[in-house]
Amino acid sequence: MTETIPRLRLEHVSKAFPGVQAVNDVSLEVYGGEILALVGENGAGKSTLMNLINGVVPLDSGKIYLDGQPVTIDSPRRALELGITMIHQELALIPQLTVGQNIFLGREPRRWRFWIDWKRLYAQAQAELDRLGIEVPVQARVADLSIAQRQLVEIAKALSYHARLIALDEPTSALTERETETLFRLVRALRDQGVALIYISHRLEEVFELADRIAVMRDGQLVAVGPVQAFTPAEVVRLMVGRELTEFFPKVPTQRGEPVLRAVNLRAGREVQGVSLELYRGEIVGLAGLVGAGRTNLARLLFGADRPEAGEIWMDGQRVEIRSPRDAIRLGIGLVPEDRKSQGLFLGQSVRFNAGAGLLERLSRLGFIDFRRINQVVKTIIERLRVRTPSLNQRVRNLSGGNQQKVVISRWLTLNPKVLILDEPTRGVDVGAKAEIHALMSELAAQGMAILMISSELPEILGVSDRILVMREGRLVAEFSREEATQDLIMQAATGQLERRVAA
Amino acid sequence: MTSSQPVALPMDRRAFVQRFGLAFSFLLLMLALTLLSDRFLTAANLINILRQATINGIVSVGMTMVILTGGIDLSVGSVLALAVTVGASLMKQGQPVGLAVVAALGLGALLGMINGLMITKARIPPFIATLGMLTVARGLTLMYTQGQPITGLPASFRWIGTGVVGGIPVPILLTALVFLAGWVFLSRTRYGAYIYLLGDNPTAARLAGVPTERITVLVYAISGFCAALAGLILVARLDSAQPIIGQGYEFNAIAAVVVGGTSFAGGEGGLGGTLLGALLIETLNNGLNLLNVSPLWEQVVKGVVIALALLLYKAFSPPSR
Repeated sequence: MTETIPRLRLEHVSKAFPGVQAVNDVSLEVYGGEILALVGENGAGKSTLMNLINGVVPLDSGKIYLDGQPVTIDSPRRALELGITMIHQELALIPQLTVGQNIFLGREPRRWRFWIDWKRLYAQAQAELDRLGIEVPVQARVADLSIAQRQLVEIAKALSYHARLIALDEPTSALTERETETLFRLVRALRDQGVALIYISHRLEEVFELADRIAVMRDGQLVAVGPVQAFTPAEVVRLMVGRELTEFFPKVPTQRGEPVLRAVNLRAGREVQGVSLELYRGEIVGLAGLVGAGRTNLARLLFGADRPEAGEIWMDGQRVEIRSPRDAIRLGIGLVPEDRKSQGLFLGQSVRFNAGAGLLERLSRLGFIDFRRINQVVKTIIERLRVRTPSLNQRVRNLSGGNQQKVVISRWLTLNPKVLILDEPTRGVDVGAKAEIHALMSELAAQGMAILMISSELPEILGVSDRILVMREGRLVAEFSREEATQDLIMQAATGQLERRVAA
Repeated sequence: MTSSQPVALPMDRRAFVQRFGLAFSFLLLMLALTLLSDRFLTAANLINILRQATINGIVSVGMTMVILTGGIDLSVGSVLALAVTVGASLMKQGQPVGLAVVAALGLGALLGMINGLMITKARIPPFIATLGMLTVARGLTLMYTQGQPITGLPASFRWIGTGVVGGIPVPILLTALVFLAGWVFLSRTRYGAYIYLLGDNPTAARLAGVPTERITVLVYAISGFCAALAGLILVARLDSAQPIIGQGYEFNAIAAVVVGGTSFAGGEGGLGGTLLGALLIETLNNGLNLLNVSPLWEQVVKGVVIALALLLYKAFSPPSR
């Protein structure tokens, strides 16, 4: 702690939303020159707390002090003026604009007051990126960037405001290991310059690697705060969930059954260049690789979301033609997409219709919905997945990230598919929900489902999979059994230092 | 944990408050008109308002479904015109009234389907596709009628517009029926639920196995059908199918839907609001007539009052989380 007056002090801060006390009497300090990790399950109130600091939502009660002075933060703009910036879990860039335009949005350098000085804008944007060692073209449209690149741009944008307090909400959830290291270097450098940093993450390894102090939230309350040395990871997890979690990746050994799905030489552009694979009943296959290796593209081909240029798909020994997701669903294939907000959820609709979207076809008579049976099935499934929702009528928008993900998974469980593809199923999900999702995958495999899981988190791949495939530049480049796989081997294969014959 | 009662429309407190706010604006307007004119609050005038609201009301039912999917149908006025002039001329040629009515409704639905196919197959944005249909259908109507109105229609047909059953005018009964059918469709059927899902998130809808193209074609077909039905009632009442009939109807229908709280973004809203919206607009028209407001000012006042109504119920809704 380099300063005695805290940069930010929260005093008995509370905030309620209809039905939930999101933040309950929290008092907390953050000092300049330190990294404070804020951890807690989804729905614990971390994001709401950040929204209070950032002026997105008003306080119900309590006080906020900045450098010892009481302040009122009534808008994100005000927060920005005070030197408080926030890097959100959900990216806030405008996809149609370029990188440079996004960084200087609303404060473009002008020439003669009305004309934007594009040359200066791009030069300054380039300087910002260079300062952080981020290699993204300033003139590229954000829509054409990968999620990881967008995240880096967002960070560059936040830092360009000369912030004195920066809150980072799950900044690494879409980053590769190398990008994460770049970010960490950056965060440490900012700390050493005296910036106060609040770091929210579900990845405890990161927290212990990076943070000076840890604050743990549960059910809207601050349950513990102290220097990082005072905690062990197991303790933090216990404080977060309020109970012991015995294993992060509970793995039930399963019996591999007959083959269900076989893909032969699938091709689509540069992203998928001749991929063959086979999925078996009762088996969880982990698909590893760097961001952009073509894993998601492959999943979309198998699910009929995109059409392959060439190749064959076989289900249960029959050659099948999958022209659309509807065809795939009819054949018993499900996909939990990568980005739940833009591809998975109907945010304005009820939990009933989100989880029951696939059931509507099966549980209606003469086109009329059998509400009683839909309610029954959906209720059973969401209770099994422990989705926390006040009712089936609750709009999904009002659920926390982990619960939203469980709702997307519920939709497929109501249909009991033969093959379930999960694309980054635990991204941005808290440890408790994550363990539950892993346990569920194990259970489903044990019941005979074939599961293909795409993940960028190697511990997850290693912990959950029976078999691991590695993709690089549109090709399957390696296959490992659960026993032989290690982080090193997978990384070597993913980065092209190792090639192994892939049987399929 | 959950109520066993199925809730019809996906609605939460915010939507409820918005609707309540709309009803409140409506009552306020009624109260003001009652005070300003002693001719307003009479049975005859209220029935008159309802009758006036039927045409726009029916068009708005189809429009609501289109807007719920995140689309827009600008072609309703022209589709209405082509459908009814073809129907009317069939009657003039001595074809049975039933056949002519079915032909007109079928033509309306068909033109709507073409809108839907342009949007799904040719991937033309709804605004452009239906704008195209607006001019094409109007042009065809003018060619088909050679610019002449068609009048002198059979009495059995005119009953649709002028008949009375149990003291209630037939157009009002038909409109009530259309709203009821539409409400049941949206809240009780699979396709109704799909409309909300598609409007909320088309990408997710496709990945969830919702037949998105079929739903899109369907809602535009319904919109065309509703336009044709509204047109038949109008022609039956006036005993005249003018080639310029229905011009500008898209504005009133869109206004009713949006004042009724259905979001242009899709996936949010419903027919309850649209009904109130259509009634509000018609009450306003009626009030301005009763108060002898100059037709030149009428448009301006209407626009301002609609904007005020929107503001009022926006003020009622708590900020979203």
